[in-house]
Amino acid sequence: MDIIKKASAGTLESSDVYVEIEPGQGIQLELESVVEQQFGDSIRALVQEVLAEYGVENARLHIADRGALDCVIRARVETAVARGKGE
Amino acid sequence: MRRSMLFIPGNTPNLLINGAYLGADALIFDLEDAVSPDEKDSARNLVRNTMKYMDLRRCEVIVRINSIDTDYWKKDLDAIMPQKPALIMLPKSGCAQDILTADAYMTEVEERLGWEKNTVRLMPLIETALGVENAFAIASASSRVAAIFLGAEDLTADLRCKRTKGGNEIAYARSRMVVAARAANVDVYDTPFTDVNDDEGIRVDAEYAKSLGFTGKASISPRHVGVINEVFSPSQKDIDYAYEVMEAIRLAHEQGRGAIALHGKMIDAPIVARAQQTIAMAEEMGVGKVVDHE
Repeated sequence: MDIIKKASAGTLESSDVYVEIEPGQGIQLELESVVEQQFGDSIRALVQEVLAEYGVENARLHIADRGALDCVIRARVETAVARGKGE
Repeated sequence: MRRSMLFIPGNTPNLLINGAYLGADALIFDLEDAVSPDEKDSARNLVRNTMKYMDLRRCEVIVRINSIDTDYWKKDLDAIMPQKPALIMLPKSGCAQDILTADAYMTEVEERLGWEKNTVRLMPLIETALGVENAFAIASASSRVAAIFLGAEDLTADLRCKRTKGGNEIAYARSRMVVAARAANVDVYDTPFTDVNDDEGIRVDAEYAKSLGFTGKASISPRHVGVINEVFSPSQKDIDYAYEVMEAIRLAHEQGRGAIALHGKMIDAPIVARAQQTIAMAEEMGVGKVVDHE
C-alpha cells in the first residue's frame, strides 16, 4: 500500500530528524542536514532502505536532519510512512 | 544489581541515545506519561529502534508501557517485547487481575516469539490507594513479577493530599510496599525525588528509603543517579564484614563447629544471607575481593 496522505514525524530538535512524506511518483527525496557533506549519502541510503522494507515505491519526502543517529532516522521514517499510509 | 533506575522520555532522541552514559543501573524508557497521545506511535518506534540498534552498555532496560485501560498497551508490548527488555513496567496496577491480564498477553507474545514464559519480567507500578492496599496480591499475582515500584505523584493525587519533600503523606504506602514485596519475595523500588535541584534532599530521601528496606530508587533526573547509587551501595565496612562472616562460616565448617560467633556476636542464617547479598553486589560493582583459602 502506498502513501495516501501527507504526514510527518519527528522534530527539529538536536539529535532528531523531521520527516515529511506525501504521495508522489517514484521516490523523490529532498534532504537538508547539518552533516550533509559527511553523511548525506548514507542518510539517503538508509531512508531508501526503510521505504523498501515497508513497500513504499511512490512518495515525495522532505527530511530535515539535526544530527540524528541511524536508529532515530529509521524510527522517524517508519512513523511517517505508517501515518502516510493511514495506519 | 539495580540501585538506580532513570526515567527517559520515550520520544526524546537526545536522552534515549545518551541514557546509557548517565550512570544509572537501569533505564526506564517511558511510553506513558512522558508521551502525548498523538505521539504514542512515534515513541514506540523510537524506543524499539533504540533498543535494537544502540549499544546500551551495561544498562538494564525497563519499558514503561501504557496502562491496561488504554488502547495502547498491547501495541506497546507487540513492538517492545521482541527487543527483549529486562522488565515491563505496568502503570496503574491496582489489583491482582491487572497483573494476570498483562501476564496473559505477555505469555501470548512470548509464545509467538518462541520464547520461554517469563523471559520478560514485570514490574507493577503501584500509584493508587487501591494498588497500595492490594500490594501483596499484586506482588504475588504471577511468577512474572520481579519487583514492585511506588509512584507517589499519582498516589498523592488519589489520596487527595499534597506531595511534600518530607514525605509523611506516603510513609504508610512506603512501608506497606516494602512489607508486601518482601513477603512476596520480590524487589521493591522507591518513587523519584522530584526536586531536581535539591542535592541534599535527594540524599536524605534515598537514605530514608534504604532504611525502610527498599532495593533501590527511581529518578527523573540524571543529577540524582550518583547519590542514589552511593546510598544503595554497600559501604566498604559492610563489604569487609561480609567477607569476615563468610570466612568465619568456612572455618567453622572446616572445624566441624555448629555455633559460630564473630566479634562476640552469633552468626545466624539472616546474617549469612545478608553477607552473601553484600558480596554479590560488591562483585558486581567491581570491588569484591579474591578470596584465597590456600
